[in-house]
Amino acid sequence: MTNRSHALSRMPQIMGAVSVAALALAGGPALAQNKTVKIGFISTFTGPPAAIGNDMKNSFELGLDHHGRKLGGLPVEVIYEDDQTKPEVGVQKTQKLIESDHVDFVVGYIWSNVLLASLKPLVDSKTMTVVTNAGASQLAGELCSPYVFSTSWNNDQTPAAVGLYMNQKGVKTAFLIGPNYAAGKDMLAGVQSTFKGQIVGQELTRWPDQLDFSAELSKARETKPDAIFAFYPGGAGVQFVTQYAQSGLKGQIPLYTAFTVDDLSLPRLKDLAIGIPGAQEWVADLPNDANKKFVADYKAKYHASPSFYGAQTYDAVGLIDSAVTAVKGNLADKEGMRKEMEKADFKSVRGAFKYGNNHIPIQNFYLQDAVKNADGSYSLHTVATIVKDDQDKFHDKCPMK
Amino acid sequence: MLYLIEQFLNGIQLGMLLFLLAAGLTLIFGIMDLVNLAHGSLYMIGAYFAATFADWTDSFVLGTVLALIATLIVGMALEVIAIRRLYGRDHLHHVLGTFGLLLFFNELVRLIWGPAGMTLSLPSEMLTAVQVLPGLYYPVYRLVIIAVTLAVAALLYLLVMRTRLGMLIRAGASNREMVGALGINIKLLYTLVFGLGAALAGFAGLMQAPILTVQIGMGENILIAAFVVVTIGGIGSIRGAFVAALLVGLVDTIGRAFVPDLLHRYLSEAAASGLGRSLSSMLVYVVMALILVVRPEGLFPAASR
Repeated sequence: MTNRSHALSRMPQIMGAVSVAALALAGGPALAQNKTVKIGFISTFTGPPAAIGNDMKNSFELGLDHHGRKLGGLPVEVIYEDDQTKPEVGVQKTQKLIESDHVDFVVGYIWSNVLLASLKPLVDSKTMTVVTNAGASQLAGELCSPYVFSTSWNNDQTPAAVGLYMNQKGVKTAFLIGPNYAAGKDMLAGVQSTFKGQIVGQELTRWPDQLDFSAELSKARETKPDAIFAFYPGGAGVQFVTQYAQSGLKGQIPLYTAFTVDDLSLPRLKDLAIGIPGAQEWVADLPNDANKKFVADYKAKYHASPSFYGAQTYDAVGLIDSAVTAVKGNLADKEGMRKEMEKADFKSVRGAFKYGNNHIPIQNFYLQDAVKNADGSYSLHTVATIVKDDQDKFHDKCPMK
Repeated sequence: MLYLIEQFLNGIQLGMLLFLLAAGLTLIFGIMDLVNLAHGSLYMIGAYFAATFADWTDSFVLGTVLALIATLIVGMALEVIAIRRLYGRDHLHHVLGTFGLLLFFNELVRLIWGPAGMTLSLPSEMLTAVQVLPGLYYPVYRLVIIAVTLAVAALLYLLVMRTRLGMLIRAGASNREMVGALGINIKLLYTLVFGLGAALAGFAGLMQAPILTVQIGMGENILIAAFVVVTIGGIGSIRGAFVAALLVGLVDTIGRAFVPDLLHRYLSEAAASGLGRSLSSMLVYVVMALILVVRPEGLFPAASR
């Protein structure tokens, strides 16, 4: 009796607790509406590669503008961090974004070595990550993660496409050169995976401080190859192509490139870039509507041409938007976001693509060429499709199915 | 054999650039006892000026001449405004102060010219290679660099050894206090020397601009090599800087060209390429260490300059 009366007297309290719980449940989605999508953005904003970082940032901002500064209905907050091209700085900034800013997404990474250093904290904390450039082969293979997606490529795919093109052009012997870091090694391995001719010489130069390639160009001339293949991203590409032209090799030994002539280096290379083919998964003149809008609005807003770095970063906005929309703003539902992102269901500026089991795009690679326009400016144009729906060679090593 | 000569020319050309940078550095270090980390910034400024003026005037030669004058002015202004306050202080203060200047100049250049960098285009007649020996082609512009730098070195030699200003410079390097005590306007002398050093750095920057590029922070890596040259050559000695610059340029180039191939003969492919690359980038410092063991003051120490 006493027990029962005790229980009865507590009834209002229990009722109160239940109703609060019910309210909280009902109010869940409503509360989520007040939240923001917090995005940490890592790129390089100091030193010469700042030109790349700015292009990525500009494209990301333009993407947010195109989505009305909201992703999946939630307002967006972006925190930009500078990796200074250094792996040790990159990992610090990544940890800061995860641990003290508690970001929902991490976006960016230009450099393979910076990405590899930063990957562990990202994977351990299960932070949703969109890599918009760096294509370290390890990420496609044994280090793949359910929460890490790429809007770029694996390093070896682009040079592998160049290797195929070199076969088409009847190149029998080649001299390979690139910088001595993670991506440089991947790139040279990439050409060799498809090129059927003989490699007569191979050089990996000091990175990032070696800018004079006279000794290496002399070596290339000495080995008398049918062609030279080079990978020099960013400002180093300007230096390499300029010195190649000055050495008088341009008329004698043709140069094939990956990530060396791009929309950022072209205004500086001008005529020197003409006649130097390269491969890319995105070119500014790809004829789809999303790309036309991206390129036109970028030019209008920033008075410059976007590069592939920017295009890949612009795509990250669409990818994140699709994920947040699918889970109706519930950012804790990482499984839901992962499943949606695997569909790649957004308007990519490269045209539609699919994701492989390792979250690396399966996509086309195009042959591109520099052209001088009637108004005296220069731009890159698509010449042909080298490979259709290309998948990287490391996806078998990725344990995800 | 032709290949060896070609790599030799590459080494000499790199040495010439290092000499231009190191000559100014060693003058400033030797005479004013100032460790100038901002020397690389003047190298950068020279290149940016040249690219800008060449763009305005549509002439490579005119652009470089204007840039040289502008860098000289910037150097003298810098001395009057900032550097003057660092004399007589501890070297640590020099390092701190000039490092601050280096950051300042990087940011200033970013504000004025933007982060993307610039290009100094060569006239088309310099964009090719010429036959120097039967079967040996060499880039015209790199030959121009060698020739022009030799001329600058000769002029510098005449200036230092044959003129009154040069006499004061030499006297200042040997005994600063005494020069001041003899009634020489040491303030003006310092401003001139710093300006000369700045112009030499700017000249190095604009000469290399068409080969490498014009970008923020371009002077920082090469400054390390220039300090190596100054140390090997003996602080304050222009002759030492010349010999050391050639030595460093040759060692670096020959190392890059031949060490990996040489190791291939004795080691496996993978080991040779890994070790070869590390060894060839270390080689310059190994040579510096060896020279300093034998001659701790450098090749041409103060007493014999």
